[in-house]
Amino acid sequence: MDALLTGRDGLKPCRFETATLDTHIGEVDGVDDARFPDDLANFDCRNNRLAEMALHRDGFAAAVADVRERYGADRIGVFLGTSTSGILSAEQAFRARDPQTGALPAAFSFATTHSTGSLADFVRLRLGLTGPAFVVSSACATTSKVFANAARMIAAGLCDAAVVGGADSLCLTTLYGFHSLELVSPTPCRPFDANRSGVSLGEAAGFALLERAAAKPAPGTIHLLGTGESNDAHHMSTPHPEGLGARLAMERALTSAGLRPADIDYVNLHGTATSYGDAAEDQAITGLLGTRTPVSSTKGYTGHTLGAAGIVEAIISVLALRTGLIPGSPQTLTLDPALRSRYLQANEQGRLDRVMTNSFGFGGSNSSLIFGWAA
Amino acid sequence: MRAYVEGIGLLGPGLPGWEQSRAILAGEAAYVASPAVLTASPLLPPAERRRSVPTVKLAMAVGAEALAQAGRDAATVATVFTSSSGDPDTLHQILDSLASEERDISPTRFHNSVHNAPAGYWSIATRCREPSTSLSAHDESFQTGLLEAAAEVSSDGWIVTLIAYDLPYPEPLSKVRPIAGAFGTALVLTPQPTGRCLASLDIGLSRENEPVSRMVDIGLEALRAGNPTARSLPLLAALARVGAGGAPEAVVLDLPPGGRVVIRVGAPC
Repeated sequence: MDALLTGRDGLKPCRFETATLDTHIGEVDGVDDARFPDDLANFDCRNNRLAEMALHRDGFAAAVADVRERYGADRIGVFLGTSTSGILSAEQAFRARDPQTGALPAAFSFATTHSTGSLADFVRLRLGLTGPAFVVSSACATTSKVFANAARMIAAGLCDAAVVGGADSLCLTTLYGFHSLELVSPTPCRPFDANRSGVSLGEAAGFALLERAAAKPAPGTIHLLGTGESNDAHHMSTPHPEGLGARLAMERALTSAGLRPADIDYVNLHGTATSYGDAAEDQAITGLLGTRTPVSSTKGYTGHTLGAAGIVEAIISVLALRTGLIPGSPQTLTLDPALRSRYLQANEQGRLDRVMTNSFGFGGSNSSLIFGWAA
Repeated sequence: MRAYVEGIGLLGPGLPGWEQSRAILAGEAAYVASPAVLTASPLLPPAERRRSVPTVKLAMAVGAEALAQAGRDAATVATVFTSSSGDPDTLHQILDSLASEERDISPTRFHNSVHNAPAGYWSIATRCREPSTSLSAHDESFQTGLLEAAAEVSSDGWIVTLIAYDLPYPEPLSKVRPIAGAFGTALVLTPQPTGRCLASLDIGLSRENEPVSRMVDIGLEALRAGNPTARSLPLLAALARVGAGGAPEAVVLDLPPGGRVVIRVGAPC
């Protein structure tokens, strides 16, 4: 919150692990030194470490313990997202293969680190939950989509509450992979800037606790009003040029919330600062919402945290509702005149009733969420 | 949660398709294991066909078989993809490259490494813009995928194709994560019975410790235990028997810790 108020971003020149790339990244400090629970030591990897750090911020674990008392451990689901899970552990294990036999080091534990499902297993064990659990791995839309998964599971009666969110941690696979696609910016990323030159990769973990809506919600309760998911059906790593899939996800979120475009007070964009991606999202936004709704990307602060972007930006959206701070994008210096959305460079203040947040990913996977005050 | 099965796809060792495998699954014909043959989907544009990796080939083959049986245009059907892993060959090649001096990853290899690559290729091939989720839950990937698909059918009223697939890793990952054979299956699920309905499913969670369903045939049981997606075999066997006029059956799939997915398979509607 303080960072959003003061415009302090978290991007620094890349010194991550053994990477030798000319880029800026959003690396979380102190991950290697963070305490990790002894009884779950086999889950120890950068991704689960990030998750562990986030679980113990802002009273989250205590809030989960409280609903566990109320509903029972088996009535709380765990639906989390990650794109690369603990693959950094496998990268390091491959470098340490036995030169004679090619065998991986004995200490490498695949199921609890590299395996895509390991994050949900770790968080479920850490929080003492036994309800249904899985990981959604739909690239950079993933920790947005888990809100829809949880809402369905609660509606279907398989659980009464759910832990959603997830973690995505820096690794060589994504650093070198995005580099190969020539999507990585040498400078800190500048979404919607005329001179934008690609993404800055970041890492993050974040969680939210969802419950079935009460008949009479307590004052100050935030509701997940709508979710919308779609596919581009266009290309594996390039968005539809007119943002067709993005628009469809936003339209579906509005339909599921029973809202009209004019009801949205602010949109937290996907806005990764790639040339094509920002242009496509701008078309989707202006086509559906017009040019008056304030929008911004907060990736200038965090970098693109990939599979964690959905939960990071859902949390920023809820903070915006709670505080009335509509975050700007001070990293964007010269707005691209070809983009027509009302893109905020500076913070604004005002009452927000309903906020939309977009997340799009490889494979043409799109997700849009709408949060608002309980009616 | 209730869902109706309208189409089934299957591809695994000695199980070359649903129609060809029904008698084997029902216990009326002998099971003989032989490697599954994977081919790139003819539905894909030429560039994507060339770039197809084994997970994409397997997932698309079973998905296309199930939808053909259902007689539905894939563009109109939501999808749930589930697998314990991203493409094993691609992950191996990337890890191998990153351990070398060059660290040279091609753009195609990188986009093929994402867990939802089969969902992306599927959407391009079928022009489907309906919602799609790609799940993973280690050895419970099939069971949780079935729960998600059933929740979409029952909560949202969607028609959903569940596409599950798992393939072995090359060495050295195969040593730390052995997976038996390439095995994929798909189910087209509808919220209401239709003229093409093959069976009804009532799906719920239980904590009663019911015994987990197994396969009678030793070879099929080894496959069930050895490949996460093949945990579906008892359900597929029940569908084969019930679909051929057999009595309703209950199938129990494991959902640790301490949980079960119980599926009541009822006669065609």
